[in-house]
Amino acid sequence: MQLIDFNEIQHRIDELRDQELYIHLEMTTGAYAAHMDASKHPAATFISNAVIRFTHGSISGNGPYRVGLKMPHGWVYSEGLTHFEETERERLILAGHDGQGKLVVALQLSREPF
Amino acid sequence: MKEEMKNAMERHILVVLPHPDDEAFSLSGTLAKHIEAGSPVTYACLTLGEMGRNMGNPPFTNRVELPGIRKQELEESCAAIGIQDLRLLGYHDKTVEFEDTALLDGNIAAILDEVKPSLVYTFYPGYSVHPDHDATGAAVVRTVGRLPEDERPTVRCMAFSRDHELAIGRPDVISDVKGFLKQKMGAIRAHRSQFHGVIGSNSLTDREMQERFGTERFWTYRFN
Repeated sequence: MQLIDFNEIQHRIDELRDQELYIHLEMTTGAYAAHMDASKHPAATFISNAVIRFTHGSISGNGPYRVGLKMPHGWVYSEGLTHFEETERERLILAGHDGQGKLVVALQLSREPF
Repeated sequence: MKEEMKNAMERHILVVLPHPDDEAFSLSGTLAKHIEAGSPVTYACLTLGEMGRNMGNPPFTNRVELPGIRKQELEESCAAIGIQDLRLLGYHDKTVEFEDTALLDGNIAAILDEVKPSLVYTFYPGYSVHPDHDATGAAVVRTVGRLPEDERPTVRCMAFSRDHELAIGRPDVISDVKGFLKQKMGAIRAHRSQFHGVIGSNSLTDREMQERFGTERFWTYRFN
């Protein structure tokens, strides 16, 4: 994983426009959040390999970044993205990692199921 | 009542845990000890921990590659402990509690029937923090509980939820693994995507290592 290159990500988002895509979207505090600190509210959610299509998408911010994908009937939104997988040519793998390197948020798009 | 674990040879030991690395801190020394006594060990790991948050710092892998990395780490951990029979059951991280219980229990029942363990290690259902831990322990207890009483293996559970001892008391099996810290540290270090920074540098003295890692604790599950 590398730190997000804004222009590179915008280019890749554009390449994935107007086609059926499998999405993995996730946000998590980790299952142990409240075990480590009782004041924390553990929460996590993910959706894996749902099929979407977006007509317009962009990356925004100065880092950590936001991504919004406009679909015919709604939106995909993700905030806190810091890293992307530079070795992936076909798929877009974005993630937000916190100061300890732990994954907090992930947004992934692919023409094939994950 | 504390009972120092007797290291008698077991006919077969079955370990059922949901995530690669669940064995490392609380069980690996005990397993190495069993293996030295000549007991064969089968480790059934339900998922590949594909939803784990740790990937190194800075992250050296990603969500997509993590399952493959964790599979390798688990194989390395098993090699360090001496486990030769590792079964990957193919469930998905974080979903064990939502699985079809007939499917899950059937899977565990088939392994029980095949290896006929005299001793099973798993998590204590309800006292093991992660929903996958609790669901795995519950499935094991359910499945073993269906066996005729005289065919049931002993089930030893790990527990670490807040205030668990208020509910289930003190552990009844204390396993001294000070003589097996080489295997245990090998298992912990094998899971490098998960435990980077946990162990830190090698600055702990032998005595500190023994205090921190030298004892493992279990609760024998009471079926009646």
